[in-house]
Amino acid sequence: MLAARDLACLRGDRLLFKNVGFELSAGGLLYVLGENGSGKSSLLRMLCGFGMPEVGEVLWQGASIKKNVEAYLSELTYLGHLNGLKDDLTALENLQISARMVGNDVTEAQALSALTAVGIARCANLPARVLSQGQKRRVALAGLWVAKTKLWILDEPFAALDVASITVLAEHLNAHLASGGMAILTTHQEVAVNAQSTQTLRLSK
Amino acid sequence: MNSAWFTVLKRDLLLAFRRRSDIATTLFFFVIVSSLFPLGIGSDSAILSTIAPGVLWVAALLAGMISLARMFAADYADGSLEQMLLSPQPLSLLVSAKILAHWLVCGLPVVLLAPLIGLQYALPNEAIGILVVSLLIGTPALSLIGAIGAALTLGVRGSGLLVALLVLPLYIPVLIFGALAVSASQHGMTPQAHLSLLGAISLLALVLAPLATAAALRISVE
Repeated sequence: MLAARDLACLRGDRLLFKNVGFELSAGGLLYVLGENGSGKSSLLRMLCGFGMPEVGEVLWQGASIKKNVEAYLSELTYLGHLNGLKDDLTALENLQISARMVGNDVTEAQALSALTAVGIARCANLPARVLSQGQKRRVALAGLWVAKTKLWILDEPFAALDVASITVLAEHLNAHLASGGMAILTTHQEVAVNAQSTQTLRLSK
Repeated sequence: MNSAWFTVLKRDLLLAFRRRSDIATTLFFFVIVSSLFPLGIGSDSAILSTIAPGVLWVAALLAGMISLARMFAADYADGSLEQMLLSPQPLSLLVSAKILAHWLVCGLPVVLLAPLIGLQYALPNEAIGILVVSLLIGTPALSLIGAIGAALTLGVRGSGLLVALLVLPLYIPVLIFGALAVSASQHGMTPQAHLSLLGAISLLALVLAPLATAAALRISVE
C-alpha cells in the first residue's frame, strides 16, 4: 500500500541516508530507528510529501504521492515534533478545528470523548497556553482518536508522555493496526505494539 | 471542501478576537500616523486636503504591512501550518481563507476609520466617499500581495524588515491608483478609471496571490 524506493536525503552537502526502501501493507507497523541526527524525522517528513526526495519515490497504492496528492493526504495523519496547537484556543477547540481543517467533521461530543480517552477531559476548556508539555502532547495525540485515516506517521509519539498514557496510546495503535490501519513511528522507547507484521528500519550513517 | 475553508476563516477570526491587542496595534498605528501629518504641517486646509489622499493611503498601506509578518509566523512556529499543508483540500484555498481573515481584521477596520481621519484633513464629503471606496477596493490587494511576501520570508531572521522590502515595491501601483482616485474627485474629475484599475489589480491578485502564497509556503515548510 505504501512503498518507498531508494530514498535518499541530502541536508546541505551532508548525505543523511540513501537506499532506503520499504513496503507497508494493511495492518503493518514500521519502526524507524536510528541515533539522533540520523534522519528519522527527515524521512518521515519526506513520506508526508514535505519536499521532494533527492532520489527515489514514495508510492501510495502504486501511484506516486506527488501525482496523487489528494487521495494520499486524505488517508494520512502526521504528528511531528510540533503539536500544532494554538495557545489561545482551548484543548477542545484545538482538537475540533485541526480535525475540521483536514475535512474531518468532528462533533463536540466526539472531540470530548477523544480527550477523555487520553485522560485530559478536565482540561478540555483550558487554553492550550496553560497546559503542560505532556498535556499538550496528549491533546495533539487525541487527534488520533478522531482521525478516520489509514496511515499514521508519528514522530516520537511517546516522548513527554507518562507511563499510563504510553499504554493507552499503544493500545490505540494496536486497535488501529488490527482494523487494517498502518503506522510508521520513530521512538527511543521499548513499547509493546502488536501488529500483523512489524518491520524495523534502521538508519545509520 | 467549503467546510475546511470556513474552519480556517473562523479559526483565524477567533484567534484575532482572543488577541485583540494585535488588531488594536494596527488600528492605532493607522490613526496615529495619519494624525501626525496635520499636527506637523499646520491647519492650512488647502495643503492638508492636497496631501490627504497620498498620506492616508500610505498610512493604510503601512498599517496593513506591520501585521503581515504575523500572518503565517505563529502557525509556522507551532506546527499548525504543517497540518494545514497536509489537508487534502487545495492549499491555495485554505490560504485564501487566511488572507480574507487578515483583511477582515486589519484591512476592513482601516476602511471604516478612514472617513473620520479624512475629516481631519478637511476633505470634502465626496472625496471622503471616494477614499472609502478606493480603500475598500484596494486594501484586499494589499493583504493578497502581502501574503506572498509573508510566506516567502517565513522562518527567516529579521523577516519583518524583509517583508517590507519585498512587498512595498509591489504596493506601488495600488498606492498610485488609490491616491489618484481620491485626488481626481477633489479636482472634479471622475475617479472611475482609477477605481477600475484598482479593482483590476485586486482581482488579479485574488487569482494569483493564493497560488503563489501556497507555493511559497511549501518551500518554507520543506
